[in-house]
Amino acid sequence: MGDFLLDGYEPQGFYCELLRCPDNRALCERLARLPLADFRRRSEVAERALYNLGVTFTVYSQESAIDRILPFDAIPRVLSAAEWARIEAGIVQRVTALNLLLDDIYHEQKILRDRVLPADLILGNANYRPAMRGLDLPHRAYVNICGTDIIRDRDGTFRVLEDNARTPSGVSYVIENRHTMLRSFPDLLDDIGVRTIDDYGMRLVGAMRAIAPADATDPQIVLLSPGVYNSAYFEHVFLAREMGVPLVEGRDLVVENDRVYMRTIGGLHRVNVIYRRINDDFLDPEVFRPESVLGVPGLMRAYFAGNVALANAVGTGVADDKAVYAYMPRVIRYYLDEAPIIENVETQICREPDALGYTLDHLAELVVKPVGEAGGYGITIGPRASRAELEDCRAKLVADPANYISQPCIDLSVAPTLVDDRVEPRHVDLRPFAITGASTWVLPGGLTRVALKRGSLIVNSSQGGGSKDTWVLE
Amino acid sequence: MSSPLLARYAECIFWLARFVERAEDLARILEVHETYARDRSGVSDWYSIVQLNADGEEFAKKHKEVDGKSVIRFYLTDAENPTSIASAVRNARDNARTLRPLVSTEMWVQINMFHNRLAAIDERALAPGGLSPLLNEIKEACQTFTGITEGTFYRDQAWYFYRLGRYIERADQMTRLLDSKYFVLMRDADVANVVNIGQWLALLRAASGYHAYRLLHQSDLAPWRVAAFLLFNPSFPRSVLLCVREVEAAVGGLKSRYSLRGGNDVAEGIDQLRSILTARSIDEVLDGGLHEFIDFIQRYLAAITNRLGVAFFGHAPAVGLEWRGSEAWPPFEAGLQNQPQA
Repeated sequence: MGDFLLDGYEPQGFYCELLRCPDNRALCERLARLPLADFRRRSEVAERALYNLGVTFTVYSQESAIDRILPFDAIPRVLSAAEWARIEAGIVQRVTALNLLLDDIYHEQKILRDRVLPADLILGNANYRPAMRGLDLPHRAYVNICGTDIIRDRDGTFRVLEDNARTPSGVSYVIENRHTMLRSFPDLLDDIGVRTIDDYGMRLVGAMRAIAPADATDPQIVLLSPGVYNSAYFEHVFLAREMGVPLVEGRDLVVENDRVYMRTIGGLHRVNVIYRRINDDFLDPEVFRPESVLGVPGLMRAYFAGNVALANAVGTGVADDKAVYAYMPRVIRYYLDEAPIIENVETQICREPDALGYTLDHLAELVVKPVGEAGGYGITIGPRASRAELEDCRAKLVADPANYISQPCIDLSVAPTLVDDRVEPRHVDLRPFAITGASTWVLPGGLTRVALKRGSLIVNSSQGGGSKDTWVLE
Repeated sequence: MSSPLLARYAECIFWLARFVERAEDLARILEVHETYARDRSGVSDWYSIVQLNADGEEFAKKHKEVDGKSVIRFYLTDAENPTSIASAVRNARDNARTLRPLVSTEMWVQINMFHNRLAAIDERALAPGGLSPLLNEIKEACQTFTGITEGTFYRDQAWYFYRLGRYIERADQMTRLLDSKYFVLMRDADVANVVNIGQWLALLRAASGYHAYRLLHQSDLAPWRVAAFLLFNPSFPRSVLLCVREVEAAVGGLKSRYSLRGGNDVAEGIDQLRSILTARSIDEVLDGGLHEFIDFIQRYLAAITNRLGVAFFGHAPAVGLEWRGSEAWPPFEAGLQNQPQA
């Protein structure tokens, strides 16, 4: 432990996002001159401000509800202009392919007939919505908001780990983290050209207007939230404010004559576009879960009649399935006739006998993931698992192979992170956010999540993850 | 062109304003008892606070003794008591949380920090000498919120509901403050003594009305004058009449500026209440019984709240109530027919 921030920092053989980023000398030198104690003090002030501002998620236990901040590490993660250009192009390509895939499987199903994707993988998927067959969407845009999880391996190669095409969250932290940096560490940003992220809300409104039903000249947009008890409520508040639209709950909306209205002090007021932060199965108790009190009875009737737009569209969950993910490079080639700009992580689809055999033979080296889980749950990391955990994993694989994929264990890149009284390398990933209306736009940077536990590869906030501000250099 | 206001938000902002005002006024009522208001034997009549909130039964479940300590705890820190300051601030904060898309960030941050600060109070703060500063801090935090709201809250429909909530609650709490002391003070009114005068001063101070009263009446502290001042003074910002006029202005502004069809009955009702307040002399009120008059005002304000709920918050009308005409309003004369027994 030294007196200055980066004294004794050693990436331990991993790819370091800070030290190996080209064009980043100015920031490295500036960080190296910062006294550690001073930096710690300012970090504490920054985290306290986040708590007081209510930039929090709520953790519920049986007795209480506790507001927690997503731990914020003030040493930024930096991407060069060239690195970003590649990521941006890769995400536009990927989102384009996802939308073409969804349009196809809900219309002609050419990709199934051409046997690029196994038909049962799509049609038998729990998130495939047969009711969406034949519904034409403006600009054929299904995934209006997409969060793509990207990692970097030991060589510094970017790879897509996961597509989040339902209701990806985290963008509020991207912008709040930047505001925190500007408040608490303005000196770090001085004279370093960093791409702005302030126009996310306006871009989102632009996309929502683009997908509005054609007869709505000045569309009323709303954000539909499950309400204050949802752990992501802060993000819903943030988005509604950034967009300048009402945040509504299901009980504020009513459907009459296949049209959606909200209840206002002056009576019913027509709604044209809904950015919904509620999963498909809770949207409309008439069609999906009958017990859902979060949704709006009749909403699907209005949707299928073309009287209201939903973002994201219903039925996108089939495209971000972990099993479908494995086929994405082939999907990109099929629709776009291009090679993927950002490759997948090499993936074994255990529903295929050869892949299952390979996975069972190499269990101790592989990461095994259930296809239906999110949030980092149910994952077995072979090299770190005990013998008992490996045997448990083997039994589950044999019992239900179609529920699993496996991937090699990747040494995620690291970034210097303040831990207690020193700076150590911690593994990070990146979730850029793409907005699609008439075309696709990517917010420069994205959410850098960091696994705060020493050696941990799991960056999810539910499992001890934190976040960093992400800088894209001009 | 303003964006439409959700009925649910209108109700939340109305109650946010009410709960912040209630916390401030409760702090005022506790303060008047703690600091000044002791009778000739030096014993403060703490039970009057329990009575004025109609909490006798709930209070008895928790406390055997009625003393300063138990009453303070019940009304200051007891989160299970729905009429405590702790509950008012928690409710204010919960409403503000729902309203975060609508209110300014400064409003949210202030009420959130205030709530967290109050939730962390320990026993030491309630010890002798600690209570008065704490009550002052609560009052100031509420006033800070009011000031931040004044300076940052966008002036659209929601602003009118904020004013409705604030002034309806203030009028209601002023009547309670007056009611809590008036009986005791009237009982002793014939005994001119220093302690009694001290009580009247305390009542005026708790309402922040001492100085204004002095400007009007340099040498006179007659109980009826103090009651008239708190009820009818047209310029004192906490008088019942001024609050009712603010409510009237807010309803009128809301309806005319936003062309709302609902709420005609609210406008008529508040107009009627205002004319009752301006037409009555304090002598008539005292002849009919101050407590009865205050009770009438409280029931009237509750009826206005119910009707706001139906007109704007999407509530169903209460069963059996006639929503047209004046017969559904609390009958004014009924309260005045009970002449005090000689």
